[in-house]
Amino acid sequence: MTERFVTRGFEGRRGPKDAGQADVASRIPPGQYLTTDFPVLSAGPTPRTPLDRWSFSMDGLVHQPVGWTWESFLALPSRDWTVDISCVTKWTKLDMRWRGVSVDTLFEHVDLDPTAAFAIAWSDGGYTTNLPLEDILNGQAFVAFEYDGKPLSPEHGGPARLVVPGRYFWKSAKWVRGLRIQSRDEPGFWESLGYHNRGDQWLEERYSGD
Amino acid sequence: MAGPISWQLATVTAIRDETPTVRSLTLRLPTWSGHRPGQHVDLRLTAEDGYSVERSYSIASEPERADVVEITVERIDDGEVSPFLDDVVVVGDRIELRGPIGGYFVWEAPLGGPLLLVAGGSGVVPLMAMLRHRSHAGAPVSARLLCSSRHFEEIIYREELDHLVSNADGLKVFHTLTRSQPPGWSGFARRIDERMLAEVLEPFGISARAYLCGPTALVETAANVLVRLGMPPDRVRTERFGPSGT
Amino acid sequence: MTDDPGTEPTQDDVLDGNASAGPLSAAFGMDMTAVPGKCAHCGAVHMVAELRAYVRAPGTILRCPICEGIVLRIVETDEATYIDARGAAYLRFERR
Repeated sequence: MTERFVTRGFEGRRGPKDAGQADVASRIPPGQYLTTDFPVLSAGPTPRTPLDRWSFSMDGLVHQPVGWTWESFLALPSRDWTVDISCVTKWTKLDMRWRGVSVDTLFEHVDLDPTAAFAIAWSDGGYTTNLPLEDILNGQAFVAFEYDGKPLSPEHGGPARLVVPGRYFWKSAKWVRGLRIQSRDEPGFWESLGYHNRGDQWLEERYSGD
Repeated sequence: MAGPISWQLATVTAIRDETPTVRSLTLRLPTWSGHRPGQHVDLRLTAEDGYSVERSYSIASEPERADVVEITVERIDDGEVSPFLDDVVVVGDRIELRGPIGGYFVWEAPLGGPLLLVAGGSGVVPLMAMLRHRSHAGAPVSARLLCSSRHFEEIIYREELDHLVSNADGLKVFHTLTRSQPPGWSGFARRIDERMLAEVLEPFGISARAYLCGPTALVETAANVLVRLGMPPDRVRTERFGPSGT
Repeated sequence: MTDDPGTEPTQDDVLDGNASAGPLSAAFGMDMTAVPGKCAHCGAVHMVAELRAYVRAPGTILRCPICEGIVLRIVETDEATYIDARGAAYLRFERR
């Protein structure tokens, strides 16, 4: 990138990177800044599926597709999660408290075809994002229905969203309605338009080619 | 490729406070081939570590003022850019800029009128460029500006608008104050609605050209009303600004 | 502007295609705000400036004011601007 003109005195809305203890700085991935609020980013109108019409499904390369209604989904084992989140638009928020169902729990209810390798998370409103199965199993992902002790608000992806703390937040699909299991990868909404296919914030995988 | 779509370095040559929360910056550019009233510029601010943000600002000045571009910036307290432009920038500072940008939300005298302008808060900025141009060009076009502000002290360009009206060249300005009104206020005192727009539009009829600018809710309400009142949709042009105070 | 009377006004943080004028102008080499486009979903024709812009995202999404279908998607990375125009059945460039 060609050298950029630096604007005198401009810092932007960012907290100092070394505010407080050194261990806080070490929790902020490269190129990110710390935020204390919870920015709302959206590509379209907020979906508002009534709970009595909501469902979550797992299909594709599974022996038998499975689905849950809102009631049956909430009856699944769930737990609290406290995680750090990084958005590709450069904000990082530490210690976000969620409650949700581990993706491992969901996978206990399906028999995977041996060729299953990828999950396409799909949402109300048409959003999709792609993840290799090894990125979402073994405690690495959950479907959250509460944030900060309260039901997840529609603006933040409620009634339920996927959360994958080890990836930029665009992979944490809001308004998620299911996972489609595939043998081949399929770049999702942002991955197909210049964003990185994997999105590991610690490797600063923002854009394709990074 | 040089031209309006390249970034160039503008120098701040003057700063003027318009209201307690709004200030105008005059910018001089190395190469500027003019602009059309209603167009905007993009500013780009870059920190030492490379972090950068861009913002669009309507050009407030008329094209007849060659070589400079004036922008008018409303301070949003928790904004990322406007507090910087308000608190830090001084005359002599340089800022990256590209423009002029836009072609849809433009009015020039040859387009004719009558001209109906509706503004919410800082949405008045591009409309002011149109009115300043109209005055300089001596355009024989009747114009009416309906301007929505929260409080009297927040009316942007109030004195200059009074002055333009005093030229008695076919411009009328209507103000509505939505949160508080000073004693003896004789203008409107509510959010823009159908009754207000019908009253302002009435002498012009549905053959007017309308330009609406401000927060989305205000612009959409006004646009829907004007179309309902019979204005052809292609004579109603809109530009939505981000959330601000009106 | 929407010619759908009786709709609730959109939230204030939804803008219009004017907000994308700079990046589109840089990519196409000309002003795009006055370019009409036909929505591939519902067929409505609007100028780019009249599309609903969702800008608080990793990119900008321009949607049809009638059906909310995506017409244009724009992403600016460090090096390039990506534009997905599949949501536009056409863009109309008038020759002078």
